[in-house]
This record gives sequence, structure tokens and C-alpha cells, in this order.
Amino acid sequence: MTLAVLAPQQDQSQAAAHATRWSLALTAIEILSATPAGLGGILLRARPGPVRDAFAAALGLVAPVRRLPASADAEALEPGLDLTATLASGRPVMKPGLLAEIGAGVLLVPMAERLSPALSARLAMALDGDGLRLVLFDESGGADGGDARVTAALADRLAIHLDLDDVRLPMAALLAGETGFPPQVDDIEAGEPIADAGAALTSAALLLGIASIRAPIQAQRLAHAHAALDGRAAIAAGDIEIAATLVLGPRATQLPPGETPAPPETAPDQPPDIPPAIPPASDDDDDATDDNPDSIPPDATDIVLDAARTALPPGLLDALANGIPMRAPAGGSSGAKLKSLTSGRPAGVRAGAPGRGARLALIETIKTAAPWQALRPRRDDGRLSIRHDDLRIRRFVARAQATTICAVDASGSAAFARLSEAKGAVELLLAEAYVKRAEVALLAFRGDAASVSLPPTRSLARARRELAALAGGGGTPLAAGLDLAQTIAGAERARGRTPLIVILTDGRANVGGGGGITPQDAALASARALGRAGHACVFIDCSARPRPEGSALAAAMGARFVALPRLDARAVVAAVNAAMPA
Amino acid sequence: MKAAFPFSAIVGQSEMKQALLMAAVEPRLGGVMVFGDRGTGKSTAVRALAALLPPMKIIAGCRYGCAPGDTEPCPDACRARAGKRVEEVPVPFVDLPLGATEDRVVGSLDLERALATGEKRFEPGLLAKANRGFLYIDEINLLEDHLVDLLLDVAVSGQNLVEREGLSIRHAARFILVGSGNPEEGELRPQLLDRFGLSVDVRTPTELSDRIEIVRRCDRFDRDPAGFAASFAPAEAATLGSIARARKKLPDVAVPDMMLELGSRLCQAVGADGLRGELTLLRAARATAALAGKKTVLPAHVGAVAALALRHRLRRNVLDDTGSTARIGRAVAELIPA
Repeated sequence: MTLAVLAPQQDQSQAAAHATRWSLALTAIEILSATPAGLGGILLRARPGPVRDAFAAALGLVAPVRRLPASADAEALEPGLDLTATLASGRPVMKPGLLAEIGAGVLLVPMAERLSPALSARLAMALDGDGLRLVLFDESGGADGGDARVTAALADRLAIHLDLDDVRLPMAALLAGETGFPPQVDDIEAGEPIADAGAALTSAALLLGIASIRAPIQAQRLAHAHAALDGRAAIAAGDIEIAATLVLGPRATQLPPGETPAPPETAPDQPPDIPPAIPPASDDDDDATDDNPDSIPPDATDIVLDAARTALPPGLLDALANGIPMRAPAGGSSGAKLKSLTSGRPAGVRAGAPGRGARLALIETIKTAAPWQALRPRRDDGRLSIRHDDLRIRRFVARAQATTICAVDASGSAAFARLSEAKGAVELLLAEAYVKRAEVALLAFRGDAASVSLPPTRSLARARRELAALAGGGGTPLAAGLDLAQTIAGAERARGRTPLIVILTDGRANVGGGGGITPQDAALASARALGRAGHACVFIDCSARPRPEGSALAAAMGARFVALPRLDARAVVAAVNAAMPA
Repeated sequence: MKAAFPFSAIVGQSEMKQALLMAAVEPRLGGVMVFGDRGTGKSTAVRALAALLPPMKIIAGCRYGCAPGDTEPCPDACRARAGKRVEEVPVPFVDLPLGATEDRVVGSLDLERALATGEKRFEPGLLAKANRGFLYIDEINLLEDHLVDLLLDVAVSGQNLVEREGLSIRHAARFILVGSGNPEEGELRPQLLDRFGLSVDVRTPTELSDRIEIVRRCDRFDRDPAGFAASFAPAEAATLGSIARARKKLPDVAVPDMMLELGSRLCQAVGADGLRGELTLLRAARATAALAGKKTVLPAHVGAVAALALRHRLRRNVLDDTGSTARIGRAVAELIPA
């Protein structure tokens, strides 16, 4: 993010841009409150703070809001037995479940990027079937801030995507508790009526590289809703503008053809500054619109594109400027291991209350309660008297799943052969990973930095696509590579997986260190840190004549040392399999 | 619950629709696996097909959806309780959430009854609910392994056996399993893939005119569900009619020896492992013939379903990028002269 720190005095245009984004957010709330269902809801990217609080307050003004507590599990959403109350009263006490309690209200989920896969799936189902209205607060902080993300299945179903991450509101207004809701004036005038809004929105979505067909469908719903708010029956230019800004723009993965990306320094901060007069060249050299010349007035698509351009996702322009096509974020924590209280092979019983996925061990519960029956006051109906302390739950053992992290030295002359063998090894490992349900990640270090080439994945299709673009050459920043490997390994361990780091290098660092520390010493220090973290490592020395640097590094990180002067993919896989924790 | 989108109103995705129709005609095909991107109408299509089918007759009040003609014992002893009373219910469509626990799926002891009245009673799970209908699992590749194993086992055997918490229950669970998943988010084990009868690759439509038509139809459906459904009623009736005719006709469709041979040669040519692929191929060809109203299976029927029945059973060569579909297409072109 380029706008991490705001200058003490904001200049005028920035303040205006923030005000625009804020009023857009309020419009979104207004639209959501007026539409009973079908839009799904809002995905708001914003860190906790006064702006987000103001947003939540504004939301609370128009609809009853229920917060999903962080402790909730998928069962909390469904109707079920209130066990504690049932035991206390001796008769079944049901709780209706959050979904039923919300009714016409809005479910608000803070820290949405931490939602468990089970809960995400249940919420997605409720959006499809029950017309739930959902507001997610995504706190992951940008495209590169942490690994957790709102699952794509859920994000796709929420029509409105907002980003209030860097928005500042005037301090005076915040102090006064006045957020400007409901919006005093509708900034966007209705404009010309649009004959075929659906066609315009669909064409624009395609030009913006939005694959999902849900986006234009939702955009049209939103346009209808916005028109209805104004008391109009037909969709006008202003409605599709709003729809484009709230729905299409944030989902864009490319700029419409024929446009050069704006310089990344200015674009994400000040989207409204982009002059809307750029000719988007869709009149003559755009085949897509020519298919249906009779039904699409070309200017309707232009209106959509112009509006969408003000709400492009942060990072898109940077990515385009660097020539990297932006990837839709992957499924986030979807592959994470589930708690051992819920699944796997049964492994005994312990005291505790059921819920959060844990299951009551009924027989054990009754066994625990039985000896106390003589001491406890006898119940009138003659049944067992069971107290909360008697409850026992089952435990399960789930086999820890492995993630193999390949750190490849992509530097210098040997890079080409080494990289292609490393890619081959990753694909072979993935092919085996079917059976073990293991994941594989690949990081490469070259030039002056290390980068993740393939985030942990189980997908061969994805691996092949992402590895195809991997380049080699440059210096050897070994320390950076080891540090990154450790970071990924730590994250994998936090996901409940067992990481195994495989390092392919000749062990000779020539980039890194600084301040009197040689690159080799820096690499040694990183290796020791890796060793202290206690991750399992394999160090594959692939230099033609192994020298002591390699084995010294391997010893420092406590790694198994394998010298493979003639590197090939199958030998790498064999070395990895030998080191794989049983 | 809003009205379902009409099956005939789904734009494109002809392969998926064809596979679902075949599964509806021939339940023994063993389910459909749909690979594809998000928002391609996977769940809409399955939901629509379930809504399209005529309501089914069950014994009144049976929690397991027993058909009046069933002879299998029902844990509820519904026949004894309800006698001859029969009621009509819509064909069930069960959407299995990703995080479903084993309890929810197979059923478990009815805790409420157990605690309150001391009665040991089985609370049927989603498998019982899906009996004689559709069980749809989105992102099946992310579902826990042991649940997938369990589901496929039940889908193949048509029976759910519960041996837990002192309960010993067996009930019918015959459903059409439809799984969907995005291969970019993790693969399904080949052993599991093989258990699915048919597999379909769906892509987001890229034709602008198709996409516009989808958005238009969704908009019309949003604003006037009843009117929209009415405009597709004739098409829906035609689909329903062809399913009913094909179901009736299916047992009489002949499979000539030549077709059996063609099936095994095709499987050999593409390197599909196991007998299951061959059997599914012929069953699918027979269902296609029945849907087309033919009395015998023709080579064209086998060719038409080859990709559906076999593409997920090919041994994968890690270093060969040629897609399974292309390999099957080549073999079909060689073996079946157009």
C-alpha cells in the first residue's frame, strides 16, 4: 500500500477523494437497507478504527444488526438444543439459531478473513437460499498483508465490495458523532435512462476481466435497487454508475483493452482524480460490443467503465504496471486443518461442554454422573440428575498434514537447469500429494530478494500455471530466501500443518548482510534462526563440487544434508520423501 | 425459500445439463462431478432439476422418505404406523455444507429425546433427507476425507449404516450425488474421482451474447419469478416428458455386443483403469439412447458420452499437459467413424 502514512495536512483533493468514498459507502448501506435480498451484502475492507465504527453505526441506523461473535461455530447459526438450559430445567430448551434470529436484520461479521471454512460455507449457503443479508469486515489489510482471506465463495456472493482502509473522515465530524447519514444530497444525478442496462454491465464486466457471471447479475440488481430508491422504475445512467463503482470496479482484474495503466503512485490513493474523459476506445476497435450493435448503446458501456475505473482494487494498477496479471485471491484458509475435536479417528474422551464442533460423549457423561446420584437431590421424575460438570466430549486425532516448502536458488548461470528440475520436483511432489493430501509451496530467491512463486497448494493445475512464469538469474540472496522459508513454515504451522523445508542451492551467498556482515554470515545467521524454530529441513547442495559452506549451513539449520551434483527432479523427490515426517 | 430458476432457462452448459438428465434417468450411474469456476450455474442447475421433477409419493410422515412400494425395513416402521396413507413431497434437494459434521450427515442419537425423556431415538441426518433426491456438495475437494469416503460409500451402496452411540440403524439412502469443485483449489484423490459416474468441466461462458442473455434472464426472473417460470413452462414440460419417457424406456434399450466391444476398445485406447469406467460408459450410452428415444445403443451414443464417463479416470501423466478431454476426443474420432 502506498498510502500507509498520511501527510499531516491533507491536501484538498485527497480530502475530497475520501469524502467521495465515504459517501459511496453510505449509499451502499442505503441500498442494502432498501433491498430485502438478492444482493447478498457488503464486503468491507477496513481495519478497525473510527471510520469503520462510523460505518457500523450508520448500518445500525437502518437495519437491526447482529454481530457474529468470534466464538461462534457453524452450529450457532442453526436451531438446536440449548444444552445448559436443558440440563438446568430438565426439559428440552431449544435455541432458534442466529440465522432465524436475524430475520430481516443484517449479520455483521468482524474479522471475516478468520472465518472457519465451515462457517463460510454455511453463510454462503444462507446467502443463496435464505436471503441472508451479510456484512463482512475484512481486516486482512491489503493484497499482501497476511495469508488469511475471505473465502472466494463468500466474497463472490456479496454484491458490494467497499474499501475504506485509508479513508479519513474530518476529525470534527467524528467527534460530533455525525457521520452524514442519511446522505443529504444524492451526488449522482439520475441522467439519461438506459435501455439495456444488463447488456452494458455485462460487456463492461467482460472488459474488466471479471470471470464470474454473478457480478453483472448483481450489478443489475443493484442498479434496480438504486433506481427504486429514487422512486424511478427504469434504470438510468446514474444507477449503472453506482452499480459499476460498487460491484464491478472492485472486482476488476484488468483494464479495458486499449488503455495503459496509470502510474501506480497516484492511482490507488486518488481514484477520482483520473480524468473521466479518457476515451476508452470502445466505439470502433472493440469487437465485443460489435456483436450486438443493435442492443447496446456504446455509451452505456462507457459510463459503466468510467465509473468502475474509480473503484479499481488497490494493487491492480501496481500489478499491471509491473506487467503481472492480477490473480484473484485464492480460497484463503479453506484448506486449513480442522480441529481435532471435530474429526478424525476417535481418541478418547475428556471433560468439557459440547458445542464448537465438539460432540457429547453420552455414555461417558452418564457414567460420570451415575456415582453422584445418591448424593444429589433426587429429581421428581426419577431421571438421572446430570450437571454441567458431568459433561464429557469426544476427542479425535486428525493426522497432521504436511506442507513441503521448496526454496530454490534461482540465481546465476546454473539457474535455468536448477529451476526446471525444481519445478519438476514440485510437480512430482504434488502428484504424490494426492494420496497424502500434502501441499507444496515454492519460493525462489534471486537478485536481491526472495519471493513466493507458488503459495502452498494442492492443485497441480495451479502449480503448473504459476511455475511456468518463474524466471532465473542474478545474485544469491541466501539469507532472504531462508528468512522467507521460515516465515512460510511458521504460517503453515499456525494453520496446523507440518512444514518441511527443502532448500536447493549451491550454498554460496553473495547478496545480503551489510553493515560489516558478509552475505555468507548473514545466511548462516538465518540458517541458525531456522534451526532454532525447529522446522524439519532438507538442504540439497547442487553445486558441481560441494564445498564446506553448504554443509556448514545445513548443520546450522539442523537440516539433513544431501549433495546432488547432478540435480534431477526424481532425486529431489527421493530426498524429500526420505525426510518426510512419518 | 424463493422459487427455483427453471432448468430450461439455463443458458448454455449443455454438457452439464445432459449429464444431470442422464443421472436422473439412470440413477445407477453413480453421481456427477462438476469441475468448474465459481458462478457458472452449477448449483442452480441441480436445484432446478430437482424442482422440475414431479413430486414423489412417500409414506405419510416417514422421515426417511420411504416410497409406498419399498420393501426395505424402515427404522421408523413407517408402514406399520401410517398404514396406507401416502403423501406427496417435492423431490428433495440437499445442499451439504462444507463444514457439516458426521452427525449431521449420517444422523445421530436424538439428544433432545435422550436427555429429556430417556428415549433412545435416532435423529436422521442429511443422508436420510436426501433419499430419492439429490445431494449436492459444493467444493467437494475441500470436504474432509473421511466424510467424502463415507458419502461415496453410501451413494454406491444406497444404504446408510449407522453403528454408533449404541444405535444400530440401517436405512435406505439412494440419492444422486452431485459434487462440484474447482481444481485450482485442490485436487480430489483419484480413488474418489473414480467413484463418480460422470464428470463435467464447466467454464464461465465467454461469449458476450451468452453472458448478456444470462444477465437478462436473471433480471427477468428477479422481477417476476412466476411470469418467467410460466414463459418456460412448455420447455420444462418437454424436458420432464423426455425424462419420464426415458426412464420407462431404459430397461428395454438393447446394448448390442458390438457396442460392448466398442466400449472396451475405447477404454483401452485412452488408458482408463478399471471396469467401472467401462460399465459407466455403457450405462451412460444407454441412458443417452433412452433420452433420444432409441431402442438400441448406437456408436454415436457411446461417442457422445465417452468424455463424460471417462475423462476423470485416465491415468495422469504429470509431464504430459494434454487434457483428458482431448485424448478421449482423439480416441473417439479414431474408433467411431463419423
